[in-house]
Amino acid sequence: MSIQERAVMSKEEIRSKLLQPDVISGSEILLRSLLLEGTECIFGYPGGAVLNIYDAMYSFANIRHILTRHEQGAIHAADGYARSTGKVGVCLATSGPGATNVVTGIATAYMDSVPLVVITGNVATSFIGTDAFQEADITGITMPITKHNYLVRNVEDLPRVIKEAFMIASTGRKGPVLIDIPKDVSAHKIAFHYPDSVHVRGYQPTVKPNNLQVQKMIQAIKEAERPVILSGGGVVYADAQNELMEFVEKTQIPITTTLLGLSGFPSSHPLWMGMPGMHGTYSANMALQNCDLLIGIGARFDDRVTMKLSGFAPKAKIVHIDVDPAEIGKNVKTAIPCVGDVKMVLKQANETAQPAKSKAWIEEIARNKQEFPLRFKDSDDELKPQYVIDMISETTKGDAIVTTDVGQHQMWVAQFYKFTKPRSMITSGGLGTMGFGFPSAIGVQVAHPDRLVISVNGDGGMQMCSQELAICAIHNIPVKIVVINNQVLGMVRQWQEIIYDNRYSFIDLAGSPDFVKLAEAYGVKGLRATNKEEAQKVWKEALEFNGPVLIDFQVRKDENVFPMVTAGSAIHEMILGDDE
Amino acid sequence: MTNPKQTISVLVNNQPGVLQRVAGLFGRRGYNIESITVGESEEHGLSRMVIETTGDHNTLEQIQKQLYKLIDVIKVIDLGSQAMVGRELALIKVNAEPTTRPEIIGIVETFRAAIVDISPTTLIVQVVGDSDKIDAMVELFRPYGIRELTRTGVTAMVRGMSVGK
Ligand SMILES: Cc1ncc(C[n+]2csc(CCOP(=O)(O)OP(=O)(O)O)c2C)c(N)n1
Repeated sequence: MSIQERAVMSKEEIRSKLLQPDVISGSEILLRSLLLEGTECIFGYPGGAVLNIYDAMYSFANIRHILTRHEQGAIHAADGYARSTGKVGVCLATSGPGATNVVTGIATAYMDSVPLVVITGNVATSFIGTDAFQEADITGITMPITKHNYLVRNVEDLPRVIKEAFMIASTGRKGPVLIDIPKDVSAHKIAFHYPDSVHVRGYQPTVKPNNLQVQKMIQAIKEAERPVILSGGGVVYADAQNELMEFVEKTQIPITTTLLGLSGFPSSHPLWMGMPGMHGTYSANMALQNCDLLIGIGARFDDRVTMKLSGFAPKAKIVHIDVDPAEIGKNVKTAIPCVGDVKMVLKQANETAQPAKSKAWIEEIARNKQEFPLRFKDSDDELKPQYVIDMISETTKGDAIVTTDVGQHQMWVAQFYKFTKPRSMITSGGLGTMGFGFPSAIGVQVAHPDRLVISVNGDGGMQMCSQELAICAIHNIPVKIVVINNQVLGMVRQWQEIIYDNRYSFIDLAGSPDFVKLAEAYGVKGLRATNKEEAQKVWKEALEFNGPVLIDFQVRKDENVFPMVTAGSAIHEMILGDDE
Repeated sequence: MTNPKQTISVLVNNQPGVLQRVAGLFGRRGYNIESITVGESEEHGLSRMVIETTGDHNTLEQIQKQLYKLIDVIKVIDLGSQAMVGRELALIKVNAEPTTRPEIIGIVETFRAAIVDISPTTLIVQVVGDSDKIDAMVELFRPYGIRELTRTGVTAMVRGMSVGK
């Protein structure tokens, strides 16, 4: 099928053409199956063990493939694609080093429940187990970091395995699934048959909630005087933002959103308290500390949120809504578990939900919000990183999709970017993977060619995947690449200052490249700002520029993220910072 | 306080790597495996594992839920919460000089064990029973000198008509 042919064919015609029982190779089976599953783009990198697949792609014009410059770039891009759309992201890598290069990305997706199908090649089945050239036991390696994985030894199994992989990745608690295809399997030819549906006996996610539990929650809400909602990534992934809004309004419960939950609830809403936890807001952390009812929705009570578990929400009765039954009771003692799809649970709850007795509590929280807002000491002679994020938020009206890397800048984005739309905060929360921020934005922009996509990175993390600048230039992927350049590993510096008594050990990033020149070397526009005025000017220029652009914001080195709860402290024991 | 012993039965797809998936889960989540037995089940294509572990009620619940997250796990049953039959087999190679042999044979008979191999200076004793019985027998043989000991670990099922499925 040529591109021209495809252009004039209807969806059904393409489908029936793909489904024809032709005798084809495992490689073509893979490509056809991916198309049948709705894959628009593969992020990949070739090598010996996947050459059959790449050869099949040569004459298979109707699937988009983006050649990244490192497999880690490919998998983070697929991840960004998946997080920003809710669709399954697809990544392809060769055996051995190609496969091990995607391990970090798989773990990143696993920790944050992101649906991916990762295809790796492997040595031919007759060589498996012989330490053959570029052999790695990638199914063994990735068992703990995939939702499921497959080593396909017979080409007959391939269509079913692909169908299962997509089903498993995208249902229940989502996650990455790896399919390892030995080289002989991708070569073998059989008559193609793609199953309509698959039944996996050991896989039946609970999606339908138990009404009795939902009613118990409704009752508890009616009695509560100091209720709080803690909403997480599960709300975003279930596309449950409207149901959540209705629930909050009907029950009149103040809400805090976790790092992954940001953008699942509009930050302009009066009942929103910001992010909780280690760098959470005063109002959110105090509310968690003092609440009498805590409703966790698609959030897993991660230690960066709860801090010292024994001191967490000591007076609260806990309700936990989650699609994964194993999360219930894992970290906190739960009085009312509600297992099911978050959207369905909230829908059901909204039918009978009534307000809590929260009037005085809402007033107390409003006072806290006013008295202890997020703030930073601005300066007219120095460019502050918070100022830059604030400016980005203001100028884009919270409308952009923002990806972040990991570190201080990530927390400042979480604190100062005012998200308004779901799936617009793309960040590695669970694994905290440096190097994620920039390549994930490429996947986001590929999925949303018409949206404004901004990638905020530290000068450390930017250097962990900067090779993908080439991809932006070649494909004209117009990501606005922000580098918050503080010349140090900022978050590590902050810990060393506060926890290790100013003993700064290996955090100096002197010798980093000139980021403007680096961008230009790849054919990406580069801009720089060293003060507020320049920042405003170049940022405007960047927004108006029609194409990829990197902006090097040279900011103050010694800035810290506040509030901060240090490890081992309870959530209300915040260091509020030296500002003001 | 020592944690109580728990026995669970896990019905799994008989797939390559399934033991690695289950054992790996226990390892990475810090659950203890005291013993594990694996073999065919009554259904073609499925195997049954019986795992002895230690942990309080919460741990046991987490283990069960985490096991269910493995796609190859079909069913998990907490056997300890029900009336169950649990059996283990041990082979014990014990020193048996002509002078001590009659005493050893006496112990074997009392425990309804069996002698399955004889050499001039040793016997191999096969004993089946619950783990306490085997522990007791091992203790009795110790003074004679145990050359080698191998135990299968517990295999078990629920009493009565119900089926572990
Ligand atoms: C791959 C990886 N290695 C190490 C870390 C530990 N780490 C967390 S934040 C951080 C510093 C990041 O520095 P930079 O990218 O400059 O961002 P900043 O904190 O200055 O905003 C480090 C090293 C990590 N999260 N990921």
